[in-house]
Amino acid sequence: MSHSSTMDEAELSQEGLNGLVKDWSTDKQTYHVPWGKAMMWIFLVSDTFIFSCFLVGYMTVRVSTTDPWPLATEVFALSFFGSDPIPLILIALMTFVLITSSGTMALAVNYGYRRDRKKTVLLMIATAALGATFVGMQAFEWSKLIGYGVRPWGNPWGAPQFGSVFYMVTGFHGLHVSAGVIYLLVVARKVWRGDYEKKGYEIVEITGLYWHFVDLVWVFIFAFFYLL
Amino acid sequence: MAYVPLADQDDAHALHDPQTFVTKYIWSQDHKVIAIQYGGVAIFVGLIALGLSIIMRLQLGFPDTFSFIDPAFYYQAVTMHGMIMVIYLLTALFLGGFGNYLIPLMCGTRDMVFPFLNMLSFWFYLLSVLVLLASFFIPGGPTGAGWTLYAPQSISMGTPGYEGGILFMLISLGIFIVAFTMGGLNYVTTILQARTRGLTLMRLPLSIWGIFTATVLGLFAFPALLVSAIMLGFDLILGTSFFMPAMMELGEQSSYDGGSPILFQHLFWFFGHPEVYIVALPAFGLVSDVISTHARKNIFGYRMMVWAIIAIGGLSFMVWAHHMYVSGMNPYFGFFFATTTLIIAVPTALKVYNWVLTLWQGNIRLNTPMLFAIGFIFTFVHGGLTGLFLGNVIIDIPLADTYFVVAHFHMVMGVSPVLVLFAALYHWYPKVTGRMFNETLGKVHFWCTFLGTYAIYLPMHYLGFLGMPRRYFEMGSTDFVPASAQALNANITLAAIFVAIAQILFFVNIFWSLRNGERASGNPWGATTLEWQTPDTPPKHGNWGEELPSVYRWAYDYSVPGHKQDFIPQNEPGEEYEKTHHTAGGHS
Repeated sequence: MSHSSTMDEAELSQEGLNGLVKDWSTDKQTYHVPWGKAMMWIFLVSDTFIFSCFLVGYMTVRVSTTDPWPLATEVFALSFFGSDPIPLILIALMTFVLITSSGTMALAVNYGYRRDRKKTVLLMIATAALGATFVGMQAFEWSKLIGYGVRPWGNPWGAPQFGSVFYMVTGFHGLHVSAGVIYLLVVARKVWRGDYEKKGYEIVEITGLYWHFVDLVWVFIFAFFYLL
Repeated sequence: MAYVPLADQDDAHALHDPQTFVTKYIWSQDHKVIAIQYGGVAIFVGLIALGLSIIMRLQLGFPDTFSFIDPAFYYQAVTMHGMIMVIYLLTALFLGGFGNYLIPLMCGTRDMVFPFLNMLSFWFYLLSVLVLLASFFIPGGPTGAGWTLYAPQSISMGTPGYEGGILFMLISLGIFIVAFTMGGLNYVTTILQARTRGLTLMRLPLSIWGIFTATVLGLFAFPALLVSAIMLGFDLILGTSFFMPAMMELGEQSSYDGGSPILFQHLFWFFGHPEVYIVALPAFGLVSDVISTHARKNIFGYRMMVWAIIAIGGLSFMVWAHHMYVSGMNPYFGFFFATTTLIIAVPTALKVYNWVLTLWQGNIRLNTPMLFAIGFIFTFVHGGLTGLFLGNVIIDIPLADTYFVVAHFHMVMGVSPVLVLFAALYHWYPKVTGRMFNETLGKVHFWCTFLGTYAIYLPMHYLGFLGMPRRYFEMGSTDFVPASAQALNANITLAAIFVAIAQILFFVNIFWSLRNGERASGNPWGATTLEWQTPDTPPKHGNWGEELPSVYRWAYDYSVPGHKQDFIPQNEPGEEYEKTHHTAGGHS
């Protein structure tokens, strides 16, 4: 602390609950992170509430509807070259792709802090490419379901809410992934140009926070929508 | 890499002062200009809401008199009045207006952390207001579903505005939420991360604590509204059945099947109840500062006031279903939500006691802001006590959907926050404009508003006990409502018109004083908080001139014994005094 005259140093090193409050409420800043990072964390908590509301809504309509709920293992099955349909194979692939993209993102953050711009940019582009692959596979899945006659207002197998929730939740998540791909590419371009040489590479981590969040949300959607 | 706090950065990057009229006043990124833009738009839509309430009152007070008020128009007025007041006026003015103006000034920063985002926030807000007002000009008019927009009614045939008004409403709400999120992230990050030297969280003025907690509530509660708006919009446009059960519409089976109307109510009130506190907490904060300043005494129990704000904020997410006692609920849930609701009364009552104890033996200056602040204590206690009635399941059931409820929520979250708004507008007017307002006009405005609102809402409690239902276009012939109730209704309408006209005094005052008011000094009230210590009044771009202020004490050093003045500004160096209560002698 450069201006200790304004704060009592002894006050800051108290123990117990009072010390906890004092540590949290020091002057200047509460968390020793850049503004953008603090803001991203708060935004993500807010976004968590959005997805939670979607999922709670999904659970409620699934319970409240009187028609039978279609079986996920049968609806989301795919056959290759005339084989028997393999349940959830596409979703498994999609999930694998998205989780892998989290790995490349984490590496990009690491290389960003090491100021290895080339590797950072390459890994961010790889992350964006994996994200775009995910969205592409999702579009394929949508087209499949639309081909089977699944619509937001009804489907051939049972409760109309199946289609409504499916398109709404995966669509909203897909929009998040698409936005993330654009965000990644914009930041990657700026990293390439060297815009952050002075400011530091926290921005890569901030982008990464968003990306990991989108992945984490997918895990919940995967579990609640496809597995249950 | 360690991150250097704002207050410790050397001011290397020069302030980009806006040059032209357009960058200075229209596409401005200065938090003070954005605050005034927010405030102006909010007050403008507030006046529309006021006009709509007069239309409702005319119909209720004098049924069969005004041919231009048909049932559809009446319901549209009810709906738009409620939505505008709660969201587009109170939320926008407290957080977008006062939040924007006061956060950087009270925290000793030059601006919000992301000024561009802050500017976008205002323009999205303006867009949402325009979309909302556009619904008055489309075929079928705005929605008349009531501000709660309950499905299935809001999107079923026969409800006014189901052709398009409801869609405009949902889109407008969506845009508002985007605007609020952009602004809200800024407010929270600025308060947490950009305070000046020495300004710890526990030295913040209560205004900032109220605005901060309310913004956090907004960031967590508006998602539920966004989700319910999206789902309701899909039910309307795509024909999904999230909220729509199988039902008959105009004698035919509708295409909806198996949705859950109760789900909409849960989502709506999971937003709707915290929304009450999004409006109330900034009011609590601002009024604390006004009371302490004009009573020349420190706020009683500052720490407890802060914890009470946080406790109310936390509890507000656990009480939403008390709006749904008559929707059909497991009795155990009713028991749970009644209990949490009554627990909220504890921190709230604590705040009221502390305001009163702040006044106790203070050197009270009964000027206009103080009158409004004291008026708030009355109306808030009044509305709070009727809240205890309605929070209990067994008392709520006979009172639900009567005028008792109307009286309750108007007292507690209509009149009370509006009185604080006036207190705050008068209190900070000298800082915003550099001029003093006319004290006499202000006092007349207070007495007309304060007594007038009692003339409106006190009789409504009685009407509610009689069982007069709310939201009815006309009563028709009912056995349980005596004919005298109509006389009471007519009187309420007259009082409402009187209060509405009295608001002209406010506008005359602020516009007249803008040019002709006495020039205000930098700190006319002798207040301690940082916004009164700026080098210029009104503060210039960048707020603080050459160097950011340093803070050495809490925000409430009033009437400290042995000090030459009866206040010590937060940025005055020197010994920090014991935060005890000088007159009552207790340790807070």
